[in-house]
Amino acid sequence: MKKVSLIILALIALAATSQAKLNVVATTPDLGSIAREIGGDKIDLTVLAKPTEDPHFVDAKPSFIVKLNHADVLVEGGAELEIGWLPALLDQSRNEKLAAGAPGHVACSQGIQLLEVPSTLDRSKGDVHAAGNPHYTPDPVNAKIVAQNIANAFCALDPRSGDIFRANLKRFTDAIDAKLVEWQKTLAPFKGQHVVAYHNSWLYFGDRFGLQIDLFLEPKPGIPPTPAHLAEVIMKMKADNTHVIIVDPYLNRKTAETVARNTDATVLDVSQFPGGVKGTEGGYIPLIDYTVNALARALGEKK
Amino acid sequence: MRFRTSIISSFALCAFVLAAHAQETNEVELLKQQLRQVLQVQEEQRQKIEALTKQLDEMTKKQSAEAERKKLEQQLAAELQTNAPASTPAPATSAPWSPSQPMTVARAGSAYMNISFDTLMDVGGSTAHDPSAQLELGDHDPIKRGFSLRNAEIAVDGAVDPYFKGFGNIVLKLDKNNETEIELEEAYLQTTSLPGNLQVKGGQFFAAFGRQNPQHPHQWAFVDDPLILTRAFGPEGLRSVGAQASWLVPTPFYTEAFLGVLDGQGGTAFSFRNPGQPDALGVDRFHGRATMDNILRGPGDLVYVPRLASSFDLTDQQTVVAGVSAAFGPNETGTHKHTQVYGTDLYWKWKPANAHEGFPFVSWQTEGLYEIFDAGADAGAGLPAETLRDWGFYSQVLWGFKPRWVAGLRGEWVDGNHGLFDSQDVFRGQRTRISPDLTFYPSEFSKIRLQYNFDQGEFIGTQHSIWLQVEFLLGAHGAHKF
Repeated sequence: MKKVSLIILALIALAATSQAKLNVVATTPDLGSIAREIGGDKIDLTVLAKPTEDPHFVDAKPSFIVKLNHADVLVEGGAELEIGWLPALLDQSRNEKLAAGAPGHVACSQGIQLLEVPSTLDRSKGDVHAAGNPHYTPDPVNAKIVAQNIANAFCALDPRSGDIFRANLKRFTDAIDAKLVEWQKTLAPFKGQHVVAYHNSWLYFGDRFGLQIDLFLEPKPGIPPTPAHLAEVIMKMKADNTHVIIVDPYLNRKTAETVARNTDATVLDVSQFPGGVKGTEGGYIPLIDYTVNALARALGEKK
Repeated sequence: MRFRTSIISSFALCAFVLAAHAQETNEVELLKQQLRQVLQVQEEQRQKIEALTKQLDEMTKKQSAEAERKKLEQQLAAELQTNAPASTPAPATSAPWSPSQPMTVARAGSAYMNISFDTLMDVGGSTAHDPSAQLELGDHDPIKRGFSLRNAEIAVDGAVDPYFKGFGNIVLKLDKNNETEIELEEAYLQTTSLPGNLQVKGGQFFAAFGRQNPQHPHQWAFVDDPLILTRAFGPEGLRSVGAQASWLVPTPFYTEAFLGVLDGQGGTAFSFRNPGQPDALGVDRFHGRATMDNILRGPGDLVYVPRLASSFDLTDQQTVVAGVSAAFGPNETGTHKHTQVYGTDLYWKWKPANAHEGFPFVSWQTEGLYEIFDAGADAGAGLPAETLRDWGFYSQVLWGFKPRWVAGLRGEWVDGNHGLFDSQDVFRGQRTRISPDLTFYPSEFSKIRLQYNFDQGEFIGTQHSIWLQVEFLLGAHGAHKF
C-alpha cells in the first residue's frame, strides 16, 4: 500500500515537473538551438524547419498546426523570413498564447539593426524582404540579442525557472564573447577579401568578420542564375582574385561547381542552421566554429 | 695718328668680331630653339602614339574581355545544361518553391492589411465552337476561342482587432462581349481567440468541402475546374452567406472537424436553392424543371456542410491529408425536394529535405464525389419526379521536375444514372477528360501554363482544346495553407 502510494506520488511529481516544462516551438533550427541553450532541460523544444531546408519555402504542414496549438512559446525570426508559411499556420493554430504581441510570441529580431531595408518596394528587383535582410543569426553578436529576447520570454512565462534561464543566458553570452575574439583572430588575416555566395544570406556574418560576401550566383533575390550573370561573376572573381564560393545545403551546388571550375575556386558547404552540414549538429557555437574555420582554411589555401 | 688708326681699326675689328660672334650666337640660339621645337613635337607625337597605343590596348583588352565573357557565357550555358559531373557530393539541386501553392507569398509591411491583385488570362482554341457551352463549365475557365479573362481578383486580409481577422475577395471578369462582371466572391471574418480549439467564421465564403472547392483559381494546378466539382457545385463552386465552426480535435496528429451552415440560395449553391436559368419564355428551370421560389421555412432549409480532415507525416519528406465531406439541403425543383452530396479527398506530397525554393516535389491529389438530387415533377415539361444520381472523380499528379517548372497530368471521369432531360442538360451524362499541362513560374508572382484537354462524352463526342494561361500577382497576398 505504501509502495503504491509512493509510486502514485512519484508519478504526480513527474507529471508536475513535465507540466512545468515550457512547450517551445521554434521556426528555424538556428533559433531552436539558441532556445535550447537558454531553456536547457526546462523546455520541450520542437523545430519546424529542417536544417537542410530552404527557410523561405517550408511547407505549412498540418502537423505543424498541432505543434503550434500545443505550444506555450513560439520563437520566430520576426523579419519576415517565414512569411510564406508561418501566418497560415498561426491562423489555424487557435493558440492565443502565440498571438502577435503576446508574451509567448518571441520575435527574435527585436533590438537587431536589420540591414538592407529597401527604401522602395519593387519586385522587379527580385523577391526583396520588405523588413530588411532577415538572415541575421550568423553574426554572433546578433545571436546574443536573440538569446536575450528568448530568455526574457522564458523568464516571464516560467518565473520559477528564471534563475536557471538567466544563468544559461550568461553562460551562452560569455561563451560567445570568448569565442568571438578567437573567431575574429582566425579570420583577421583575410580582412577585406571577397567571398561569393549563392543568395544574399551572409551579409551579417561578412560584416562581423570583415569579409566582403557581396557577389552572388543568383542575379536577383529569388531569381535563378543565368549564364550571362555567371559569366560576369567569373570575370569579377578573376579581377578581385576571389576563390571561395559558399553554398547552403538547399541551394544548387552544381551551379557553384561550374563557376568554381572556371575560376579555380573552392566550393565550401556552409549552413546557417546547426545540422545543415556535417559537424555542426552540436548547436549554434559549433556551427559558427565550423563556418569560421572552414572559411579560414579555404581562404588560406590559395593565398 | 697711326696709333689712333690702329685703335680705331682694332675697335672696328672688335666690333666686327663681336658682331659676327653675336650673329653666330643668334644662329645657335635659333638652331637650339628649332631643335627644341622638333623635340617637343616629337615628344608630343610620342605621347600621342603612346596614348593611342594605350587606347588600342584597352580596346583590344576590352574586346577580348567581352569575347571571353561571351565565350564563358556560352560555355556555362552548355555546362549547366548537360548534367556536368558534380565533382564532389552534390546535395541539393533545383529551385523555386512549392507545388499546389505556387503563390505562398505575403508581404505585410506596415499596412493594416494585405492587399493583392491577381489576374489570370487565357488564350487558346478548341474543336468545340463554343467551349463554354458544354466543355468548360467553370466560371473561371476559358469561355471562348481566342482570348478570355475570367479572373481579376482583388484580395484583402488582415487583423480586424484582437478578436477577428477579416478577408475579402472581389472578382472582376470579362464576359464574351468584354463587358465587366463583378462578384463579391468572399467577405468574411474569422475568430482568433475562441477557447476550446474552436474557430468560427461568418460572411460569404467558400464551403469547406473537399480540397479544391475552397481554393481560389490561382492556386489551381490546371486552367479549369474539375468536371465533378462543376457537376455538383456548379460553375462557381459551393459558396454562400453563412457561418462555419471548426474544431481542432485534440488528437496527436492533425484532425479538424468543420460544420458549415449556409443560406444556400442562388447559383453559388448550385444543387440547392438555385432557381436555375431562364428558358426562352423566361421561366427559371433547373435540370429541366421549372423552379419554385421557396422562401426559407426554417433551419431545415439551410445547407449543412460537415467535414472531417486528418493529416499525417508519413516520413520527414512525405505528408498526406485525407478528408470526408458532405453537403445537405433542399433544392427548388419541388416543395420538399432535397440534395445530398458526399465527397472524399486525398492529397499526398513528397519534397526532399534540401529542396530549394520548394523544388523538386511530387504531389498527388484526388477527389471523388457522389450526388443524390431529388428532382420534382414538372408536368408542363413532361418530366416526372425522379432521383438523379451523379458520381465521378478527378485525380492529378504534379511533378516539379526542375526549378520553376511543374508538369501535371489530370484524369477525370463523371457519370450518372439516366434522367429524362439528360440530353439537353450539360451537367449530366458520362464524360471523360484527360489533361496534361506544363507550368513555368518566372517567379512566385507570375506563371505561364500550357494545357491540352482531351474531352469525350455521351453528349459532346470527342473534342480537343489547348489553352495557354498567364498569371500575374501584385501586392501582398496572404500565405496559403498546405
